[in-house]
Amino acid sequence: MTDYTLSELLICAASEAWRGDGEVLATGIGLLPRLAASLSMLTSNPDLMMTDSEAFMLSRPNPVGARDPSFRPRYESWMGFSRIFDNVWGGKRHAMVGPTQIDRFGQSNISCIGDYAAPKVQMLGVRGFPGNSISHANSFFVPAHNTRVFVEGECDMVSSIGYNPDRLPRGYSLDEIDIRLVVTDLCVMDFGGPGHQMRLRSLHPGVSVEQVQQNTGFELCVPAEVPVTPAPTPEQLAIIVEMDPHNLRAREIKNNPPGDRSR
Amino acid sequence: MNKLMNARDVVGRLHDGMTIGIGGWGPRRKPMALVREILRSDLRDLTVVAYGGADVGMLCAAGKVRKLVFAFVSLDFIPLEPYFRKARQSGAIEVMEIDEGMFMLGLRAAAMRVPFLPTRVGLGTDVLRRNPAIKTIVSPYEDARELVAMPALRLDASLIHVDRADARGVCQIKGPDHYMDDLFARAADATYVSCDELVESDWFASPDEARYVFWERAETTGVVHLPGGAHPSSCNPLYGFDVAHFKEYAASATEEGGWQSYLDKYLGASEDDYRERVGGLEAIRKLPLPTY
Repeated sequence: MTDYTLSELLICAASEAWRGDGEVLATGIGLLPRLAASLSMLTSNPDLMMTDSEAFMLSRPNPVGARDPSFRPRYESWMGFSRIFDNVWGGKRHAMVGPTQIDRFGQSNISCIGDYAAPKVQMLGVRGFPGNSISHANSFFVPAHNTRVFVEGECDMVSSIGYNPDRLPRGYSLDEIDIRLVVTDLCVMDFGGPGHQMRLRSLHPGVSVEQVQQNTGFELCVPAEVPVTPAPTPEQLAIIVEMDPHNLRAREIKNNPPGDRSR
Repeated sequence: MNKLMNARDVVGRLHDGMTIGIGGWGPRRKPMALVREILRSDLRDLTVVAYGGADVGMLCAAGKVRKLVFAFVSLDFIPLEPYFRKARQSGAIEVMEIDEGMFMLGLRAAAMRVPFLPTRVGLGTDVLRRNPAIKTIVSPYEDARELVAMPALRLDASLIHVDRADARGVCQIKGPDHYMDDLFARAADATYVSCDELVESDWFASPDEARYVFWERAETTGVVHLPGGAHPSSCNPLYGFDVAHFKEYAASATEEGGWQSYLDKYLGASEDDYRERVGGLEAIRKLPLPTY
């Protein structure tokens, strides 16, 4: 059996988000989601589109980290920020983002924690979350699954629209909101439970249902059978090494634990 | 027409309480030399409208900001801007926090001289709850759907940094993205541009050069020649952002009196002074471009 780290398991699990998406812009915010999108483009969905995280579209993902001076990115078009919005609002995009808070409605927060007038913790600001969430598919990546992220009440500053009937704008239906996978260091979830309840899809090796529920601030939908998240294949691991030659992924999760925590 | 002026002239045309747009994006191509000139002045009570980086952080640290219109404030490799955080966490500034696309629509509405532009962006989020001044409307067509009426972000003045300009206000940006700088220029009553290189109008004579001009010179009010004027932000392809400088700047926020020490060490009496203190134009032009 191949050894793999938790980071590598998460990259592979997260890359599943784009399978079957066809030609959409895959945006992975943060190192592991970016590697996941790159992996998907090189395996499960070669039709994906990707940017260089600056101002161009690429026909092949760039490796992360410092690159040899002889490296030439494979550009395919200009893609400055104003054009990103054209793409976003047209809907042909699926982003994977890492919110600081996520609530039972799938609403999320990257703005601030605490009293809005003088927050306890000011973070980035809502950035593009409102526009992304009303326009195209989104998945969430959570490297530390706990009740501070999966909050009991609503998010302190709701930055993205979720499946909250009380906030649904006039003339819209909850089914127009498209939240896909929630990939954490413990499990993979989605919002496919009854009434868009967050639902467990798979548990990472060595993780129990109780552990997930204890670290989530609201009740999860737990199907009778919950599979184990598949281990990375040697082919996937080889692509991950190619896309992350400096092993930056080893620094993303504290102590770089092994992927199978039962061993 | 000759629109050349110096940084002090620009700040002399700004007044307390004005709404000032600042071009660039995060740590990229910010008109930092003009921001520094504001730091040297007694200007205050500004409403700052920006895709924010250290421009916003420094103006907050100096107590120049009454209100901030923003979607984010970040230095990219240092995700959270330290002085912006301090200002927010102490409740020192009023904010209008909006999505970065709503922000663009607000500038565009101002540029188009319409009171608002309709969008779905912001619906269902606290952006609307925290900004009661932003109204929604119902589509007048059959769908009868609710839409956000993103209000025009009309600016008294915009500050922008470009690679090069001529004295008539033709401005060129050769970097990979001109961000929303064209809209900042169009949304403002007056647009002041600093340029790394001042060129003769002949520079733009070939289509290969002219196509990197993103607004008409009628949108440019004044031109200031400030080589290295985006430092410590980047002006790709001329120079990258100054990682070491940003780290020192961010670290200063954790020290008692850190902001004053930063100013004492770097600001100086003029931009020539500043440039000298950060190692000169040659050092700035050698800063490597970032790898994303």
